[in-house]
Amino acid sequence: MDLLNAFVALSNFVLIPAIAYGSQLAIGALGVTMVYGILRFSNFAHGDTMAFGTMATIIATWGLQSMGVSLGPLPTALLAIPVGIAACAALVLATDRVVFRFYRAQKVVPVILVIVSIGVMFIYNGITRIILGPDDQRFADGERFIISARDFKEMTGLEEGLAIRTTQGITLVTAVIVVALLFWFLNRTRTGKSMRAYSDNEDLALLSGIDPERVVRVTWLIVAALATIAGVLYGLDKSYKPFTYFQLLLPIFAAAIVGGLGSPLGAIAGGFVIAFSEVAITYAWKKVLEYSLPESLAPEGLVQLLSTDYKFAVSFVILVIVLLFRPTGLFRGKAV
Amino acid sequence: MSDSAYSGRGNKDRSIGREPAARSGDPVPAGGKARPAPEGPFLIGEAMTGGYGRGADILHSCTIAVERGEIAVIVGPNGAGKSTAMKAVFGMLNLREGAVRLDGEEITQLSPQDRVLKGMGFVPQTSNIFTSMTVEENLEMGAFIRTDDFSDTMAQVYDLFPILKEKRRQAAGELSGGQRQQVAVGRALMTKPKVLMLDEPTAGVSPIVMDELFDRIIEVARTGIPILMVEQNARQALAIADKGYVLVQGRNAHTGTGRELLEDPEVRASFLGG
Amino acid sequence: MTDRLRAVSLFALVALLILGTGVLQSWNSALLILNMGLVSALMALGVNLQWGFAGLFNVGVMGFVALGGLAVVLTSMPPVGAAWQAGGLRILAGLALGAASVVAAVLAWRRTSGKMRGWIVAAILLVGFFLYRAVFDAGVEAVEAVDAATSGYLGGLGLPVLLAWPVGGLLAAGAAWIIGKTALGLRSDYLAIATLGIAEIVIAILKNEDWMARGVKNVNGLPRPVPYEIDLQADPAFVERAAGFGLDPTTASTLWVKAGYALLFTVVLVIVLILAQLALKSPWGRMMRAIRDNETAARAMGKNVTGRHLQVFILGSAICGIAGAMMTTLDGQLTPTSYQPLRYTFLIWVMVIVGGSGNNLGAVLGGFFIWFAWVQVEPLGQAIMGLVTSGMAEGELKRHLLDSVQHMRLLTMGVILLLVLRFSPRGLLPER
Repeated sequence: MDLLNAFVALSNFVLIPAIAYGSQLAIGALGVTMVYGILRFSNFAHGDTMAFGTMATIIATWGLQSMGVSLGPLPTALLAIPVGIAACAALVLATDRVVFRFYRAQKVVPVILVIVSIGVMFIYNGITRIILGPDDQRFADGERFIISARDFKEMTGLEEGLAIRTTQGITLVTAVIVVALLFWFLNRTRTGKSMRAYSDNEDLALLSGIDPERVVRVTWLIVAALATIAGVLYGLDKSYKPFTYFQLLLPIFAAAIVGGLGSPLGAIAGGFVIAFSEVAITYAWKKVLEYSLPESLAPEGLVQLLSTDYKFAVSFVILVIVLLFRPTGLFRGKAV
Repeated sequence: MSDSAYSGRGNKDRSIGREPAARSGDPVPAGGKARPAPEGPFLIGEAMTGGYGRGADILHSCTIAVERGEIAVIVGPNGAGKSTAMKAVFGMLNLREGAVRLDGEEITQLSPQDRVLKGMGFVPQTSNIFTSMTVEENLEMGAFIRTDDFSDTMAQVYDLFPILKEKRRQAAGELSGGQRQQVAVGRALMTKPKVLMLDEPTAGVSPIVMDELFDRIIEVARTGIPILMVEQNARQALAIADKGYVLVQGRNAHTGTGRELLEDPEVRASFLGG
Repeated sequence: MTDRLRAVSLFALVALLILGTGVLQSWNSALLILNMGLVSALMALGVNLQWGFAGLFNVGVMGFVALGGLAVVLTSMPPVGAAWQAGGLRILAGLALGAASVVAAVLAWRRTSGKMRGWIVAAILLVGFFLYRAVFDAGVEAVEAVDAATSGYLGGLGLPVLLAWPVGGLLAAGAAWIIGKTALGLRSDYLAIATLGIAEIVIAILKNEDWMARGVKNVNGLPRPVPYEIDLQADPAFVERAAGFGLDPTTASTLWVKAGYALLFTVVLVIVLILAQLALKSPWGRMMRAIRDNETAARAMGKNVTGRHLQVFILGSAICGIAGAMMTTLDGQLTPTSYQPLRYTFLIWVMVIVGGSGNNLGAVLGGFFIWFAWVQVEPLGQAIMGLVTSGMAEGELKRHLLDSVQHMRLLTMGVILLLVLRFSPRGLLPER
């Protein structure tokens, strides 16, 4: 038995990756939940909004790199994020103006808006693929590790290594800053409060003189920022590929629904619930168990509950369980 | 359903947020202008005729007025068009005939939002607070259109409703029915309205809470704000009213001071249970 | 313009487009478009049954289509004897154990109550899962080890491939029953997410469970219901007849084979279309629409809304399964990696909406029309881009622009969908 090594292995393979992935999902789910809370529909184009913002960021990163600008140990992409956000914001605001506003004025039922968002999804899909192509792009530069496994072993003398990649560290720090900013905005500023009021009671918000179109514009701006940041963090941590971003829709929606659609706090909790379950269920526990159990009980197989290909199944099963037993989500969202 | 172009094919997911009950009106569209009209009472909806959409008229030449410092009460049997009359004054109903004037201006063509800017404070009967926001945030949202410092108004509201000050950090949705109505009235007062309009403020609260609410409303009136109110509980409401309107089938049936109406044998017989 | 005239002229237009392809490009491409158009029309009919009749928002079409494809392998491929001996029974036993523990858990949930209920169910599932893995894994390993390069799977039943089409429908119907039991009755967008997830899981299973259909190694050489080109070319009688039409044997054989598929597909489509039309006009169809238009009233009249929804969900999914089986038969191979939600779920939705939700003929029309557009946008885009870039110097940008043409179709589909939704929301052939 060697609980210390077990814990290090656990951190290395489960905790740290899950925290990073959870942060990415949480920021993605925040975007979904904002659209849901204010515009009142499930935006199927969100994955592709993330892809577009990331794509713009990547192109800006390449531009910066070609000019010789870099952030030293940090990825250059961090400098390029504002450009990505601006491009993404321009895109979603234009989409709202050309597409969604018409249906808002018609007061259509949400399912029509979902179908409309599918059309938007096709268009975004085409745009990102036409501009940057459908292939994998790696755009992380700078220092690869905060602590590499070897350094950690040398430092501690432990058998197990603990690697923390720069991108994982950046993900967590950025997520904390983004979430803090968002909650400050929603709870402390006049505009943020007016958005919550609009989300809570549209008619009363109108009577109070809140301009719905302004609320919607600000919402799209925030959604563009959240989508771009989530996409860039995911892309730095793994890689950018339009189709992967489209597929992220499922865990992101699962996170938002599990937390309670329309509830920002729920989106964050949901993101981490989904991420931890996905990583824990698709991780081969052999190593951790070998350290933590007496030798006689050590497992023979990999002790991997499900192959990593089934990670969608995990988010899906959690989603179904929550929907069946607590349809409003963990944090009582707006959906009934 | 299938004849509307954007049918949801039976999917009624408007439950996001809440049912759009208060939207069932037919509000005056935005963009209309006010005209000076210096004559007449402080607020008057004069000879109002109209209904929802293309439906039959609900109001038939109905007149409601309130003067400075007064409490005016609209009572009547169920379906008499009491709330409709108030909504017409507030512009949530597109009038076919008649006019609405406030403080020397004709505002018939103004949308409800613009009427708020002109100084109308309106408290709907239901969904009249932001349930997920704190009491204080509700009041802040009430003052959304104000660009000046509104802390003194908030202090006045807290003086008027001390319980709200106590619970100002609590989510409004967690309060009791009577407290929620106080939040709703407080929210409307935050614009410093020239007139306060209440749509059945005591609906669904216990008699004790109702008495307390009426006391508060009298206090509001004493601060100089005229109040126009629709009430189910006709007897109690007329008791505090300076002016009462009894509507029957969208028409003015009886008009007088609260006392006169309470003593009018015909009114007593038909609406007040003898 | 009357409804009938409108329908006839729109169908004539689509026919003209396909014939035009035959004249201007090649008859081979025209038949290819026709065949996949027939399959697409069938899928659109299935989705229209769910969305148009009942308002069920199913975006898991891809999963049912893929299950249909799986059915072709399971039905028509010859069984692999060595694999069955190595671990076939063990796999079946494992699956049975897994199913038994799920059933036991459901029963336990129904029969027990109180605080312990959740724990009991969880314990049953946990024990069941490990038992299942213990039995199942060894079987899988043994099967996949058998001649891994060429087979490594159990094979199918060796039955005629046409039988795979109804089997595909059954497989999809079974999956739809399980999904419907759990997810119907949820809000529309929750149902959408749930079905989207199911579809991804079906694809993950196809990719991952090599013992079943070789996973990403694909199953090639599926049996065909029509003759092989090589055999036709070797047949002197056929060559002679082809020469009579002035065709060389190679072209004639490919055309003949495709025409054979077209005939088979048309038969299926016509049967399903007639059944769908009869269903629409039957008391059952009227009830479905009554439920859709006023669920509360239908419930109040004692209609079993959930039951009806389950019925129509299963039927629609079964049609998608049949179409999926037909498509895989046409391809002659099962390629799990080729299933993409944009192509197999959302494109079908574009077909239904553009064609006209609630109108069976509209769904068929949308199927043909959108498939035609999907195929032809690329050459058209290429021609346009060729013109645009003709003046440009050779280089990175020109290459990139020419490359990007292949993604024009996604953009085009989005634009078509949004334009139809905005300016003709009831589709080309509106529901009556």
